[in-house]
Amino acid sequence: MKIYRTMSIALRALRRNPMRATLTTLGIIIGIAAVIAMMEIGNGASAAIQKSIVSMGSNMIMIQPGTAASGGVSFGAGSVMTLSPQDCDAILQQCPAVQYVAPIVQARTQVVYGNKNWVPFFIVGSTPAYLSIRNWTELAQGDVFTDKDVRNANKVCLVGNTLARELFEGDSPIGKEIRIKNVSFKIVGVLTVKGANMMGMDQDDIIIAPWTSIKYRVSGTSLGNVNQSSAASTSSTTVNSLKNLYPSSQLSLYPTQSTTQAADTPQPVRFANVDNILTSTSSTQNIPLAIRQVTAVLRERHHIRQEEPDDFSIRDMTEMIKTFTTATSLMTNLLLCVALISLIVGGVGIMNIMLVSVTERTREIGLRMSVGARARDILRQFLVEAIVLCLIGGVLGILLGHGGALLVKYFKHWPVETSLTAIIAAVLVSMSVGLIFGFYPAWKASRLDPIEALRYE
Amino acid sequence: MQLLELKDIWKTYYLGDIDVPVLKGVSFSIEQGEFVALMGTSGSGKSTLMNILGCLDHPTSGEYRLDGQEISGLSSDGRAMLRNSRIGFVFQNFNLLPRTSALDNVMMPLSYSVEHLPERQAKQRSVEMLNLLGLADRMDHEPSQLSGGQQQRVAIARALINKPSILLADEPTGNLDSHTSEDILRLFQQLNQQQGITIILVTHDANIAKHAKRIIRISDGIIEGEIKSDAGGVK
Repeated sequence: MKIYRTMSIALRALRRNPMRATLTTLGIIIGIAAVIAMMEIGNGASAAIQKSIVSMGSNMIMIQPGTAASGGVSFGAGSVMTLSPQDCDAILQQCPAVQYVAPIVQARTQVVYGNKNWVPFFIVGSTPAYLSIRNWTELAQGDVFTDKDVRNANKVCLVGNTLARELFEGDSPIGKEIRIKNVSFKIVGVLTVKGANMMGMDQDDIIIAPWTSIKYRVSGTSLGNVNQSSAASTSSTTVNSLKNLYPSSQLSLYPTQSTTQAADTPQPVRFANVDNILTSTSSTQNIPLAIRQVTAVLRERHHIRQEEPDDFSIRDMTEMIKTFTTATSLMTNLLLCVALISLIVGGVGIMNIMLVSVTERTREIGLRMSVGARARDILRQFLVEAIVLCLIGGVLGILLGHGGALLVKYFKHWPVETSLTAIIAAVLVSMSVGLIFGFYPAWKASRLDPIEALRYE
Repeated sequence: MQLLELKDIWKTYYLGDIDVPVLKGVSFSIEQGEFVALMGTSGSGKSTLMNILGCLDHPTSGEYRLDGQEISGLSSDGRAMLRNSRIGFVFQNFNLLPRTSALDNVMMPLSYSVEHLPERQAKQRSVEMLNLLGLADRMDHEPSQLSGGQQQRVAIARALINKPSILLADEPTGNLDSHTSEDILRLFQQLNQQQGITIILVTHDANIAKHAKRIIRISDGIIEGEIKSDAGGVK
């Protein structure tokens, strides 16, 4: 009741001088409008930045097979093939934080088309999920191969832009057959240009094919870092003389087993291995959770006892995530600064006008005091007036800012995102601006001497 | 019954090093239902006295009892509440809120009252008060749309809205022409006689003071004399 009456007194007082009230609020209106517009446009920009960073693969998790070690000599990550395609399926089914899983088989060999040849930087055997993980689902031409192609080990592939340029020189590669280490693959699609990755490697110098095709038809061995085209020329029957000073192929340090020896020492047959597994989460925040879940699933599947170390290692894009969070927080802080400055300016405007208003209404204050208003009644009246003024300004500012952001979106096609937090914050901030900057004038008004105030001309 | 009683009231203003005594031991009392004029030339201390009577200011020394309550020791909030409930002010320059309807002007003191009348009742009471003062058709007018006499009537309605014990009028006719002044003074007499409202009229003009039943002359900070007048009746 008391609040209502104070509010109605404040509104009535503001209505007595609508022009001034409007001009006073203008500071707050512009301030809040700027904040809202900046927040919406900034959020849009931030979302766009986020999107582009995600497209670099910030929410990617790489699972690599473990390390082989022999008598204290370790051979580095990936020297033992411990990951299987079944692991992929298990991860996808049992880790809710993981969105996509793709097994990866790598090869490095020569690709031939007509009288041209090229050794692409990446020959990747995977599933269509690989493209989703890399945010590469849009193709320049053609279509992605399917999961059915993966099951059947079909000889189809996608080529990157660089490779297409090198081999086809402007012709459409779709439907053409290229030979990868003497196996012909039909090109079903051309990838869009992705450019260099963070390490400066050309990501468009790539062939993507079903992992089964690469595994069973091309690579044979799983060691992706070996140029297998040269390895192919050395047959297993050649004698290793150790005299070759510059070997182009990996040396086999030990004599190969004869068939009889192999039959005498049977090895447990392990079916298809993959070189590594690439997974992605739906958002960057989920990465630690996904890593925990994947670790648990793989340890269980690989029968690893509690005290034993993992036979695989998991990596995420920590550096990228850091960049991403820095960029976002920088953006937010910048916006906050702009918002604060404009609101302080608006607040000073409010204080200025409220001071003028107090001086101008000295007689009114004296009169109110003479009919029984206490100091705190006067304080409350002017405070509520300032807050109401700021609140109205805040609401108009929100509308104006939102409208401005929409206009920007409409005419400039900038990405814009409505932010509810910004709106709530704007209301709260405009109220507190009213409270803070309205307090001094209101306090001044309440300290007036009624006799002096009544006599004031 | 003694409504208010002043005993040896002193008021001294301190202007830097110089003490300026304005009231030098004023004592008098006023009964319920009186119509008193405080008369004095400018600088005689009558405005200071009126401020003290109206609880706007407190005396430097002396006792002031209103309705048997000692005032000089009250806090500013206490005095504010007393002003709200016991005292109605009428000013020379009306002091109405600009761009505010007559009705809202009259209602204004009610929002500071302790009892807090609901909006509807407050409005009803204000309407009745304006009717009583003959402003039934001017309720929605703003002060700028009213004549001086009408403005002063609105101010009187505002002063009376909280049913005060005393109506303090400080040169209420100072800004009015003689004809309207006469009207207002007659209104005071009517209110005094018919409603039994105690009225203290502060003026420098003997012609106006003579409308009161009792005239207290003040000069140079002391009571100079007192005249009982029989002119207080409605003519």
